[in-house]
This record gives sequence, C-alpha cells and structure tokens, in this order.
Amino acid sequence: MEILVCARRVPDTSENEIQLNSAGNDIERDELVYSINEADNYAVEEALQIVARVGGNVTVATVGGEDDEEILRREMAMGANHGVLITDEAFRGSDGRGIASILKAFVQKGHYDLILTGIQAEDGGAQVGGMLAALLDYPFASLVNSIEILDGKKLKVSREIEGGNKEINEIDLPCVLSIQTGINEPRYVGMKGIRQVASLPIPTFGTSELGIPPGAVGEAAAKVKRVDYFVPALGKGAEILQGSREENIDKVLELVIAKGGLK
Amino acid sequence: MARIFAYIVHKGGVAADSALELAAAARKIDAVASPTAILTGWGADLDAACNTLGASYPEIWKIANEALAYPNAELVRKALLKVLPSDSIVLVAHEHFGIDLAPGLSIKMDSAFVSDVLDIAGVEGAGLKVVRQEFGGQVSAHVRCDISSGAVVTIRPGAFKAVEGAPVSGVVVDKSNDVGGLVSGRRYLETVVAEAGDVDITKYNVLVSIGRGIQEKDNVAIAQELADALGAAVSCSRPVVDAKWMDKSRQVGSSGKTVKPKVYLACGISGSFQHLAGIKGSPFLIAINKNPKAPIFQVADVGIVDDILEFLPELTNKVREMRSVAAK
Repeated sequence: MEILVCARRVPDTSENEIQLNSAGNDIERDELVYSINEADNYAVEEALQIVARVGGNVTVATVGGEDDEEILRREMAMGANHGVLITDEAFRGSDGRGIASILKAFVQKGHYDLILTGIQAEDGGAQVGGMLAALLDYPFASLVNSIEILDGKKLKVSREIEGGNKEINEIDLPCVLSIQTGINEPRYVGMKGIRQVASLPIPTFGTSELGIPPGAVGEAAAKVKRVDYFVPALGKGAEILQGSREENIDKVLELVIAKGGLK
Repeated sequence: MARIFAYIVHKGGVAADSALELAAAARKIDAVASPTAILTGWGADLDAACNTLGASYPEIWKIANEALAYPNAELVRKALLKVLPSDSIVLVAHEHFGIDLAPGLSIKMDSAFVSDVLDIAGVEGAGLKVVRQEFGGQVSAHVRCDISSGAVVTIRPGAFKAVEGAPVSGVVVDKSNDVGGLVSGRRYLETVVAEAGDVDITKYNVLVSIGRGIQEKDNVAIAQELADALGAAVSCSRPVVDAKWMDKSRQVGSSGKTVKPKVYLACGISGSFQHLAGIKGSPFLIAINKNPKAPIFQVADVGIVDDILEFLPELTNKVREMRSVAAK
C-alpha cells in the first residue's frame, strides 16, 4: 500500500509558554521549541504499522520552509521511506483551503492508496484532511482511532465519537483519514536514528513542479486571514494562591474538606 | 447578507443542546435575519426533532431520507449540497460530526471555512470577524473570513449562550424531494459502546485528575496515593490515555466520561475545552500547574503555580498526618 502522510512542524505547546510579540500580530517565536505536530506523528506510526503488515511505502510530506526539513528527517528516522518538502514563496499566507489545494496538486503527481493527516495542529483547525478529500473526491473519515485492512480495496475504520464510543465504518480506497491521537504508540526516535538519515535527499516541490497557477494559493487567494493575536481579558479567573508551598497545601486541604469532604 | 443556516444534530427525537447555541451565534452575525434550521434523518425521530425546534427557529428545513437514518457525514454533505443556496452561511457545532462534515462542505460549496469559533466580533462588508483560540487555548486570535461567496463556520459547543427570545411558531419545510438517492464510499456499520473500567469515576465526590504534567506512567502512583488518602478516585485528561498511562475509562472529556464531583483537582492539566466539556455540575475546581499561562487557570476557582510531582506527595503526607491525628 502506498501511503502519504501530511505532517506539520509546530511549536510544542506542552513545552512552551506561548507569549504575544510586542506588535500583537504573532506569537513570540524566538525561544520556542518546535516538533512534529503530535497527531501527525501518530499518523506516521500508523502508516508504518500498516506497511509492516501489508507492504508498501510511506511518504511524509510537509508544506513549509527549510526549517521544516527537520521533522521530515525525524519521521524518516522512524521508518518513513521518503520525505518531501513542498515549498514556494507563493505558498506563504495560504489558508486551510490553500494548503489543501497545494497537497491536492502533490497527490496528483503520484499514486497513493491512502492519505493520512493528524486530526488537528496547533491552530485547532481540523480542516486540511477533510478539504483535501473533497478536492480529490475521495471518501473521508475524521477522528480515526483504529484502521483494519479488509482487502486491497477497502478499510474498516473506527471513529472516536462522544463518551468514548466508537463509530465503525467501511471506507473505499483511495481515501483520506484524519488520525486521532492515541491510535497507537509511536516508536521512539533517538539521535542516532536521525544521524543515519541526515544525508538522505529530500526532494522539494514548488509551484512549477506542481503546476499550480500563480495567485491560486497563498495570501492573495486566502479567504480566511488571521488579523491579530490577543490574550483575552479574563473573566473571574482563578484565585492564585501566593503562599509558600506548605501554606498552599494547608489551604488546598481545607478547601477539599470544606467543599467535598474526606471519605 | 446571505441566508444563515444552522445544521442541527439530533438523537432519539431530541435536538442537541447546540441547536440553541447555533441560533445565538447566527443572531450575533446578523441580528435582524432569522436563521433557518436544517435537519437530516429518517422517520419519527426526525419529525420529533424538527418539531422541538419550532419555538426557536421560524423555519426548519427537513431532509428525510432512509440513507440518512444514521448521520454519515459523507452522505449528509451530499444531501446539503442539493438544497443549500451556494452563498449560504452554514453553522455547525464543532464536535465529532461537525469535524467530519464541515471542511469538505466548504470545498464543495466553494465558500470560506473557519472552525471552532468562540465568538463573533462583527461583520464589515463581506468580512466576518470571529474569535478563535490557538496553541491549546493559550492565546486567542481574531480571524477575518470573506463571506462574499458563503461560509461554513463550526461553533465551539458551550461558547454561545442560548438566548431567550420571544417564541416563534416555526414551520417545517420538507426538502426531502430535492435530494434523491445518496451513496458514498464510506458506509456506517455500527457503534461500539465504550467498555466500563475498573473504577467508575462518575461516582466520586472528589477527583484527583491528572494531565500531561504527570510526565510518566510511574508517576501515576503519586496521584493514586493522594486519591487513596482522600477517599477519591484518579481521573485524567486525554494525553494520559494517549500515552497508555491510564485506561480510557478514566478519561474526563467530550470523548471520555462526563463527571459531576464536588471537588475537582486538576493536576498538570492544561484545560482544553474538550476536557472541560466533561466536567459538569460546577464542582469546586482547584488547578495545580507549573505553567502560569495554562488555560485551566481561566476556569478554576483556585490556582497554584507549582510542580505537581513535588506538590502532590506533600499534600498526601499532610492528609495522612491529619487522619492519624484524628484517629488518636
């Protein structure tokens, strides 16, 4: 099975305190720790496990710039056969639809049975997978938390729905699935593994390779644009305890007893 | 302005709570126009759900089709495309069904898409300005969306308060004949109900709930010791289940359990909206997190900026000390 995983490099929100820059038009990016978007990493692991069962190749592609090569190498160290950097100044400022259009053009240059994305990235859009499927006229399922290969033509997939319940669907190939975190246990990648793939070539694709007409994507074509970032004025917010740890512990215990009681 | 539609999810003949929230969002986009509800389904359940909306929507479009008896988003999308004017503004709740339906719908309608909207900041000409959150809720953003050729907008559940307006006597308009046969490359088979776990976290007055801040599986014991001392149970947020440190049955949130404790100790939990959606009944919420920017502090009653791996064991010791004094 030929599998394409669309991945993205993002600031790791679990490692960073996100601050606004002084102009308020972006976050302060200088000190941020970047990594592969968590859900995308699960998608790559799932692709590798499928290929281990039924054979095939895993290609990881990202739309971005030079800095984004590092996540491609990381995923190649995990076992992905190919990494592809889709990059062009003309792509800058694309909205979700623009990114999906660029990926569509890339998909049509190859032959993929299955396309995976992470369910969402740091902007919480949860959009590119569903858009890409619609542009390609492929069937789509979101929030996928298990994949079973039925035969060369279809899959059985489970979607995570409310209350931890699972919605089971049969879906025809080729299709697009957006992967929920927790679907598997992504393998560990050490520095040694990354060094081993450090010199592998990473081909790049731009507007000319993909046959994307000027102005079709990028900022000018975007219907959706971020105006600014801001920190919302808090409502009541928590009363932050300012005491020593010991004082805070006493206070917490007092509150637990007063509000809920010990059993 | 273009006509505003609200796609209403329903189950067992009852419209989802989001039905009134979508109406509130629609009125914030356009205070004058009345939004139209649109429902898909089959049989008596669909009719019952349509009828419950008559007090809040002046017009309710009904699409009855046997293929839509289960809401397979792939089929619902095709049905909606047959009836919606292409410049419509379509509102959908941002939950598992909306996430499945909405991005592809925007492509097929050739309209703008903006997801997980918390507030409407205003409309200027063809620009709809909305409020979203990014980076796990650590910062908010204003986003401008060109609605000149329509828009699909998903609305965060709970973000808009249902407004009590004068009741309307809505009419149900049957659009079923406009739809015809529906087929898709994705077929719904069945729903598998979540398994019960070893501990029923919904039954406890006090929950010691842990998040990513617990850092590794071995540290779960730190929370368990505190819970044992308090007579509480340990629950958790999604990253803990993703990492396989706790069973899915311990997860609080929209894709996990809904709990109603009296006290909720959020330990190393950032506080995503999906997690908060599982906490009902307004418990006293105490948050302990070493990141002072963690969104959980916006909703907690009391917050402590500290490392849970140090704070919790000391709290456990204090509880044990107190109990041993009380026993004497």
